[in-house]
Amino acid sequence: MVITVNHYLVLSLILFTIGMIGVIVRRNAIVILMSLELMFNAAGINLVAFAKAMEQFSGQVFAIFIITIAAGEAAVGLAIIIAMFRNKQTVQVDEVSIMKW
Amino acid sequence: MLAYGQPIVFYTLALITVISAILVVSRRNAVHSAIFLILTFFCVAGLYILLHAEFLAAVQVLVYAGGIMVLFVFVIMLVNVEEAAAVKATHRQATFGIGIALLMFIFLAVVVYKGVFREFGKLPDVGATLGHTEGVGWRLFLDYLLPFEILSMLLLIAMVGAIVLSKKDV
Repeated sequence: MVITVNHYLVLSLILFTIGMIGVIVRRNAIVILMSLELMFNAAGINLVAFAKAMEQFSGQVFAIFIITIAAGEAAVGLAIIIAMFRNKQTVQVDEVSIMKW
Repeated sequence: MLAYGQPIVFYTLALITVISAILVVSRRNAVHSAIFLILTFFCVAGLYILLHAEFLAAVQVLVYAGGIMVLFVFVIMLVNVEEAAAVKATHRQATFGIGIALLMFIFLAVVVYKGVFREFGKLPDVGATLGHTEGVGWRLFLDYLLPFEILSMLLLIAMVGAIVLSKKDV
């Protein structure tokens, strides 16, 4: 019984799908951002598993880039949620439909 | 005993990761979601250690569990939770959306099953050199210096954007 790259790929596949279901299904904008973080983590697991398989550091460097981008995304996203709450008094995404025709 | 050590640790961490990720998505209360998200981040950090990426595991705990989650909990406390937890949690097109997500899951599963990734197979048993902070640093500051600098600009822009968006009159 040996753990291969495929095990990590399947795990990150499951994690990515859970995050995608969260993004599509939930109404709360904060939970949608949390599900996005789950998807970022799935991508990170993929990169680190391939870095191990190919015995080089590039995958880990890109995983660090992903973590940095996730931090920036969370900061801007949460600022948008605060602005949305201040203007509309809600964090439910389907109640903010002013740009929908 | 030693041969089974890694699979046991992997399957335990993977199980906790998946279960807590499902709980993040399915809990009605956003505070509970945040707590289970922290658990997910710690388990992913454990998987990074299992993959000999110790520096990345430390960064994962510091940035995700330490930095991003503080932001999330702060915003959850800022917008009132009780009102949000009382109303319907799922979107109107939830069933359709789950169908689309499962379709994507099947597509990606076929890619993983049929893909070129099979030839990698067993993970090489490297020593302590891989995942060493020094090695990651050499890569980061020699080969990937330009992306690193661009990323610093991205963080600056994100900071400015966050400050402008949370000003009083937006």
